[in-house]
Amino acid sequence: MTNHWIDIRNSDVILIMGSNAAENHPISFKYVLEAMDKGAKLLSVDPRFTRTSAKADLYAPLRSGTDIAFLGGMIKYIIENNLYHAEYMQLHTNATFLVNPDFKMPGELDGLFSGYDEQKRSYDKSSWSFQRDAKGVPKSDLSMQDPNCVLQLLKKHFSRYTPELVSDITGTPQEKLMEVYQIYASTGKAGKAATIMYAMGWTQHTVGTQNIRTMAIIQLLLGNIGIAGGGVNALRGESNVQGSTDHCLLFHILPGYLPTPKASWPDLAKYIEKSTPQTNDPESANWWSNRSKYITSLLRAHFDSGLTTEEDFGYSLLPKLDDGQNASWLMLFDRMFKGDVKGFFAWGQNPACSGSNANKVRKALAKLDWMVTVNLFDNETASFWKGPKMDPSQIDTEVFFLPIAASFEKEGSITNSGRWAQWRYQAVEPLGNSRHDSQVMNELYSRVCALYKKEGGAFPEAITKLSWDYGFKGLDGKIEHIDIHAVAKEINGYFLADKVVKGKSFKKGDLVPSFAYLQDDGSTNSGNWLYCQSYNGKGNNMARRSQKDPSGIGLYPEWGWCWPVNRRILYNRASVDASGQPWDKKQPVIWWNGAKWQGDVPDGGWKPLNQPGTKKSFIMLPDGVASIFGAKMKEGPFPEHYEPLECPIEKNPLSGTKNNPVIKLFYEEGGLEEDIFYSCDQRYPYVATTYRVTEHWQTGVMTRNIPWLLEMQPSMFVEMNPQLAAEKNIKNGDWVKVSSARGQVEAVAIVTKRFQPFKVQGTTIHQVGLPWCYGWSTPNTGDSANLLTPTIGDANTMIPETKAFQVNIEKRG
Amino acid sequence: MARKAFMIDTSRCTACRSCQVACKQWNKLPADSEINRGSYENPPQLTPHLYNKIEFIETEVNGEFKWLFLNKRCLHCGEAGCLKVCPSTGALFRTEEGLIGFDKDKCIGCNYCVNGCPFDVPRYDADNKITKCHGCLDRVGNGLQPACVKACPTGTLQFGARDKLIAQGKTSGRKLYGEKALSGLGAMYLLDNQPQDYKLADNPSIPTSIFLWKDVIKPLGILGFWGSVGVAMLHYVTVGPKQLDDDTEAKGGE
Repeated sequence: MTNHWIDIRNSDVILIMGSNAAENHPISFKYVLEAMDKGAKLLSVDPRFTRTSAKADLYAPLRSGTDIAFLGGMIKYIIENNLYHAEYMQLHTNATFLVNPDFKMPGELDGLFSGYDEQKRSYDKSSWSFQRDAKGVPKSDLSMQDPNCVLQLLKKHFSRYTPELVSDITGTPQEKLMEVYQIYASTGKAGKAATIMYAMGWTQHTVGTQNIRTMAIIQLLLGNIGIAGGGVNALRGESNVQGSTDHCLLFHILPGYLPTPKASWPDLAKYIEKSTPQTNDPESANWWSNRSKYITSLLRAHFDSGLTTEEDFGYSLLPKLDDGQNASWLMLFDRMFKGDVKGFFAWGQNPACSGSNANKVRKALAKLDWMVTVNLFDNETASFWKGPKMDPSQIDTEVFFLPIAASFEKEGSITNSGRWAQWRYQAVEPLGNSRHDSQVMNELYSRVCALYKKEGGAFPEAITKLSWDYGFKGLDGKIEHIDIHAVAKEINGYFLADKVVKGKSFKKGDLVPSFAYLQDDGSTNSGNWLYCQSYNGKGNNMARRSQKDPSGIGLYPEWGWCWPVNRRILYNRASVDASGQPWDKKQPVIWWNGAKWQGDVPDGGWKPLNQPGTKKSFIMLPDGVASIFGAKMKEGPFPEHYEPLECPIEKNPLSGTKNNPVIKLFYEEGGLEEDIFYSCDQRYPYVATTYRVTEHWQTGVMTRNIPWLLEMQPSMFVEMNPQLAAEKNIKNGDWVKVSSARGQVEAVAIVTKRFQPFKVQGTTIHQVGLPWCYGWSTPNTGDSANLLTPTIGDANTMIPETKAFQVNIEKRG
Repeated sequence: MARKAFMIDTSRCTACRSCQVACKQWNKLPADSEINRGSYENPPQLTPHLYNKIEFIETEVNGEFKWLFLNKRCLHCGEAGCLKVCPSTGALFRTEEGLIGFDKDKCIGCNYCVNGCPFDVPRYDADNKITKCHGCLDRVGNGLQPACVKACPTGTLQFGARDKLIAQGKTSGRKLYGEKALSGLGAMYLLDNQPQDYKLADNPSIPTSIFLWKDVIKPLGILGFWGSVGVAMLHYVTVGPKQLDDDTEAKGGE
């Protein structure tokens, strides 16, 4: 989230699209309803009428996988009706920048941008660039009238997204489209705020990243970024998924969103040189120019502090990606399926149900030599070898099960979607033999380390040189009990030597006050620069519980702690005009009082934009402004509608380019049979999507083991509209077989008007939906909807496309 | 003590059903083994182990599709049919807050209360004893909110002084259901639509047969009982205790 949960109450219009907040983030509705009490409008856009739609002022249906078309139409509506916030765009975005005249768009190139290489399935992005002056600063036209300026190109690009065409793609009735556009675009004025609450309904598509980009563009056009009640807000699907992402859950980043080293960056100097963004604009803060301080402090936290500058503080001990290597989820299981992976830790996860194309995942697990599953309960991954279609006598995988403590059985921090790190305490002792994760890791570390010390091995220093000072060491050098506060303090960071920074002197062992004090000479450590300030000389800031709200807009600055530097609303310098006065006088986030900023922690403390020595408001981007034109994307600097890999129509109504042209296709000539897909195929005529339900959580490992929850949602179901049910002779409550090119599940039919057929390209298209919270190991509940989903991912992130694929349904005989 | 009540604001309910689960947890009620019958609404009815539940109602109002959610439970009527018909004193009782509680030890399993309830609420457990929402009288008696209210994340369920809740409810602009019916319900609804859209009776009333039982026959019966006692007393006072026939005794009977 750029903003935070409580801030939803400050919105005038709330769009819930690509998520189902009432069902999957029930507590968020406390704030949605508070906003509605004050007159806010709630819009629900979803293929299915959900519990969220039931509370909405307006519901608009759309066919799964057509969000860019829907939102593209809104961009056209906003621009052509002059509903955008021009002054905001001039100050805070690249809408004024002039683009290279060689740049061509899908309207001219039949769905492609300039620079496409069909062989490589990728773009040469050289034309996706700005015209620059002699100093290298982008040229701009403040009037935004130059035909090559970003706004005019955006207008031209989305002029193709007419209401007629959008409706013909999405299946949304035109009058519903227009109502949504009208209500949402009404917030383009200063003093009005609209927010978007999205989740996996947007990300889990082959165009997932561009779905979010489209909305970000809308929010920038309307001036809704940085203000109270605005922002682009991802509702995270797990209570601490924000925290785990911050601390490098993903393969391509180290803690604090530092890039993972590559094989071609052999030393620290190269890493810093290659990964530090440059700018020629004196007014751009380009905050990432501090990269060297953050990576150096990270290395100092990871490895033995005895390592010297000459030893690059242990940089060579970090694992490195091969150049061009993608090690995302789909690739990992693909490699595992092909027998390239020997061992696997399934820690707090259940890929046999959560992984897209779960049949392939389950088969892949059988190729492992060993697997360690760490969980609260037995599950389909831990017991995959005795699951459906498995012959235990043919499986050599050795499986270990480590019981682990639940959240209320352990102390530590948790970071919510709004980036608030909150400390929580142990309520009860872990049950039976289960232990805190840190204790299990400590055991693993000390035993593996002892083995390396005794036996050597290929690369022992990566383990033996780790710093591991999280508690009192016994005579054997082993820590009996991990002190979780020591871990939190190291994440914040210490001074490793006496040092004077910014006129303040620090002693060796002092906690670093905030990331502005981190050094690249090895004199500080920090396990995650973004969390530097979370646990400093003032104490454990994450444990604060003051309910003071001087802002009046729900910032609660002394409740817990929020990254970065306790800034509650990101990009908040875009909430003010050039003189530092808030666009929204009633709900100001920050304001310049003539001498200093007041309100929230400003996004960079420089003077307002009309004063000398200022820096622009988007400090993390080299150009200093928000990207309406975003050349970092793999499929184009503007979003374009492409059909899902499996879709019900022959042709993309917008162009001759049917699917995202830069996705990695797993099933090609000679590809794995497991990765097969069928698009526009009579055998699988219905669009399908997957979702969660309020009563179960993720794959259901925890909730299926709670009888009260199973009572409310007892088994696998498939929702469909009455017309389709009648065509297939299916009655409400009948058992149905749902099949895709890759698998089959059985489910109880819920025949409901909450699904309606879509009118697309003159044909009737039916969509069905299934939850993915069930698994075979809980008797009589059915199995996972992910047995149906495809092996295909988003072009930028490789998140699997589980929200739009094709199935058939038949009544069970 | 001023009467307390639930106010159920249906416009705020997202059917998350934390009320269902919190009730089970506090009241230590087991789960019913269930199957999906083609609906989210499980179990489909209140059961001996389910004191409150959300009804999921798909309907059309003025041609517009609606999915309405209604918290179904004992409404703790001011004029309570169950209490009226119950022949076993203390099996059903009214607390000082105005809630209708039950005492399984005193329940004789006659099932009269089932017929006496206009809302189809009371259930009988495996031991043939009454169960239903008792408003968490053990919590309320100790100054706590009922478990369902405590768990509700959206403010759909509120519990407090009945007159205050009514005054607040009237400012909401929604239809207030249950202010006057049956001498005022102890669980009232704020509705966005008409009562019949939620399958609620416009004017809930106690079945006539129950009215006859409680207000005519039962009083008459009681009157009859006390009447005969009274006549016997009168006879005692005026005529004196029955004298055993000395002769009869002496004769050792006929």
